[in-house]
Amino acid sequence: MPEFEPRIICFACNWCSYPGADLAGVSRIQYPPNARIIRTMCSARVSPVFVLRAFQQGADGVLVTGCHIGDCHYISGNERAEENIKRTAELLDLLGIGKERLRLEWVSAGEGGRFAEVMTSFVEQIKKLGKLKLKEI
Amino acid sequence: MGMGIRKAIYIPFSQGTPNIYTIDKEHCPKLIKDKCGLCEKICPTGAINYQQKEQEVQLEVGAIVVAVGFDSFLPRSLTNLGFGRYKDVVTSLQYERLSSASGPTGGHLVRPSNGEEAKRIAFIHCVGSRDVKNREFCSSVCCMYATKEAVIAKSHNKEIDTTVFFMDMRSFGKEFDQYILRAKKDYGVRYIRSKVSSVSQSNTSDRLTLRYSTEEGPPEEEEFDLVVLAGGLHRQTGSSEIAELLGIELNRYGFCSTIPFDSVETGKAGIFVCGAFQEPKDIPETVTQSSAAAARVSALLRPPRCKPAEEGAYPPEIDITKQPPRIGVFVCRCGTNIGDFVNVPEVVEYARSLPYVVYAEENLYSCSQDAQERIKDKIQENKLNRVVVASCTPRTHQPLFQETLRQAGLNKYLFEMANIREQCSWVHMSQPEEATQKAKDLTRMAVARAQILQPLVEVPAEIIPKGLVIGGGLAGTTAALSLAEQGYKAYLVEKEAELGGNFRRLKFSLPLDDDPQKYLQSLIEKVESNDLVEVYTEAEIKEVAGFIGNFQTTVLHKGKEVKLDHGAIIVATGGVELKPPEYLYGKDERVVTGQEFEELLARDDGRIGESRAIAIILCVGSREKERPYCSRICCLHALKTALKLRRGYPDLQVFIIYKDIITYGFKEEYYRRAREEGVIFLRYDDDHKPSLLKEGDRLKLTHRVQALGGEEIVLYPDMIILNAAIIPRDNSSLAKMLKVPLTGDGFFLEAHMKLRPVEFATDGVFLCGLAHSPKSAEESITQAHAAASRAVSLLSQTTIEAPAVIAEVDEERCRACGKCVEVCEYSAPELVDVGEGRKAARINPLLCKGCGACPVLCPSSAITLRHFTSGQIISMIDAALKVAT
Repeated sequence: MPEFEPRIICFACNWCSYPGADLAGVSRIQYPPNARIIRTMCSARVSPVFVLRAFQQGADGVLVTGCHIGDCHYISGNERAEENIKRTAELLDLLGIGKERLRLEWVSAGEGGRFAEVMTSFVEQIKKLGKLKLKEI
Repeated sequence: MGMGIRKAIYIPFSQGTPNIYTIDKEHCPKLIKDKCGLCEKICPTGAINYQQKEQEVQLEVGAIVVAVGFDSFLPRSLTNLGFGRYKDVVTSLQYERLSSASGPTGGHLVRPSNGEEAKRIAFIHCVGSRDVKNREFCSSVCCMYATKEAVIAKSHNKEIDTTVFFMDMRSFGKEFDQYILRAKKDYGVRYIRSKVSSVSQSNTSDRLTLRYSTEEGPPEEEEFDLVVLAGGLHRQTGSSEIAELLGIELNRYGFCSTIPFDSVETGKAGIFVCGAFQEPKDIPETVTQSSAAAARVSALLRPPRCKPAEEGAYPPEIDITKQPPRIGVFVCRCGTNIGDFVNVPEVVEYARSLPYVVYAEENLYSCSQDAQERIKDKIQENKLNRVVVASCTPRTHQPLFQETLRQAGLNKYLFEMANIREQCSWVHMSQPEEATQKAKDLTRMAVARAQILQPLVEVPAEIIPKGLVIGGGLAGTTAALSLAEQGYKAYLVEKEAELGGNFRRLKFSLPLDDDPQKYLQSLIEKVESNDLVEVYTEAEIKEVAGFIGNFQTTVLHKGKEVKLDHGAIIVATGGVELKPPEYLYGKDERVVTGQEFEELLARDDGRIGESRAIAIILCVGSREKERPYCSRICCLHALKTALKLRRGYPDLQVFIIYKDIITYGFKEEYYRRAREEGVIFLRYDDDHKPSLLKEGDRLKLTHRVQALGGEEIVLYPDMIILNAAIIPRDNSSLAKMLKVPLTGDGFFLEAHMKLRPVEFATDGVFLCGLAHSPKSAEESITQAHAAASRAVSLLSQTTIEAPAVIAEVDEERCRACGKCVEVCEYSAPELVDVGEGRKAARINPLLCKGCGACPVLCPSSAITLRHFTSGQIISMIDAALKVAT
């Protein structure tokens, strides 16, 4: 049986993390191909609805990335994101999906290497957790 | 830098713009001996031209800005530090490459000698700077960049031991001291105040032995794996030729001379200077000075004013609202960048199978000029109403394609990109199948979103071509005059009865023959005689309404309300000298502040003549726990006072009691002069501040001398000068009115400390002077010109397009809970009456930045973020997870 390849949705903010991913590319830093990146202007745009939708549609993990605290292009958007994701994670526990399947990470525009590291470690983490089986509602 | 191998045709910087190849003419076999020529043969776009020659171009101009920069100092002459002898002694620039992900080691901090990990790294400061014999000046930036480099090593691997060997810690920039504190506390960087005498390698070890002496004891030795030399900023090679050509003067270090109080004026009419060619400086000062130079050129060249380039005429926009989506997909090979790793024909074929895609093709380079023509043709031929380009990152190329859409009559928001280069071919190079699959998925996601993209309108708003300057000190007055000299009306609001602020109290300057009061007099005369400046003294700001281009400000002027309309605001509210709560200040009249003493000195106060010894204490209230920042001008102020005293009162003993002497740039010279002229310098540190007590009638100053093993010496000065901190005014209410942030220290916080130093994140509001951070008069003047320059670049446009990617409220659904008002950092939403006693939120399109925080928090789903609607994002999620067939 081939190894389980998780399907991951990654949200990246326009000002730090998305350019961080670009820099990983420019620097040719390799990482696993499991995630599909969706760009939002700010990590604060990532609604719990999007996260739940991803799991409902078959994602095994959701990674949200934004600017480091203090670096947000919109002053405090990443602090909002932190609150939103924390609450969404609690909801995931309640739903039996498990908060380990959702991760929030800060990646700056200059951290191509870090973007690749975060991606690699998140894919590993989801591989360990295995395929998500949603509970019957 | 000779650290790695590259080919004779190469990309100089991986993040450069344009990111294209260049030929190294010193090593290309074709250019040296007419052999090879391979690149011409294989270049698919025929971009190689070996015949390219230097051309002479004649331009007629009205002004010249000289910004030729500096050369980094190569420490070849300093053989004692082992550079050139030991591979593991590197310059700071080489170290930058070693620690860079795109560098020769891929960012691994290894020893060049053997490729092993560097576990102990030493950074040596002032290499080629502050050297009385050769380069006396301070390079201004090395203290900070060396600390940054040490922090990079630490964040790379916590186990790496980093030690910084420094003479004085010159962390004089905004928030720099806090950075040093973090480097010490959070990262564990070790600092040793010392002078390094040699770096050597013994026969028994491959490590480097660093020999250094501190103030206290005998020379010490330590071993390191890697030694980084923090080399200074050196005169630009060829600066003398440039100076001769332009007829401008150089100073004795080979940098450009400027006139007193004016850092951009070369003294030759029409020629201005900026950047490190004027004096070594950091990024914010460089950006600021370049804006200041632009302001001067702008004032000189008017009239006629340069109008912003006319926009290319676009065909009328096609109304697509009633059409079903017709999507065209263009998949880029990016030469070999995508094509070698992603099966592009397969992606194109797949794109054709997607819903609403009526056309798909591949391009060698989708961004090339001919591809733009092709895309336009295909839009017309196939009546496309949405376009997807699967190529590289939208962050660099989206504007180009959007322009193409506009030229084809499509709204630019009907465009979407799939980033199959940075996210596929470049990061999954050994997995072509997975990379191709991912490219298909990203294309499918882009197509899904494109189906529901909507055209958006950028509504133009008129700009009122006037500026308001808040604060009539040196910075504000200069900024107002600069606006007027560039042709714009300026309202100057000052709370005191006279203009000039702190600068009124500045009686001397360095060099001592510069006269600040004469300068101020002439500045005020210029302001008074310029019809475009309208001065309101004894006035304060009561209310600010409006937004970029359209502000309405209410000013309380001598008890009466005045309403002013303007398009831009410059904040120049200044700062004040701290009244120190220590050292008997206020309890004994022989203890005065620096500013107070200057006035005594100017009027030759009898007490000075009667004194035998005067002590100046530095960092009073600065660089302490409560105020962890450097006030930047106190050291120079102390030197100025000391030199003035030594010359005017030769029998008087002058002591300067300091933590670090921070005489950055060419000011270092005054530090030497003061030592030569007999001023006595005594250093203290945070743990052992000097103590001042009254002993009978005398002032008893006790100081612990580090160099004497902590022995105490006692002085009985007749007067004590406290060079106290510069503190911000209470800016909180103005900050609220203008919706701009303050730093933890209470100064105003600009949009970006390095790259946008004189503007706020709030559009249309600019900043200069002490309100920004402590700085010298000359620096305030430069910054004032810079702020005016940035304001004029706004005021010179007749209209401004309000951004279209903004949030909007469905007033029917809104329950006026106020969540959006609470969360918005820009006060864009407000609750308004919508009739029938009902309230609803309304978002000001000119204030909204489009971050999308409010739609997420809206409990009634009444807010939509245009162009990033929930529907559009969900369409991408769904498409991403749909099993590809």
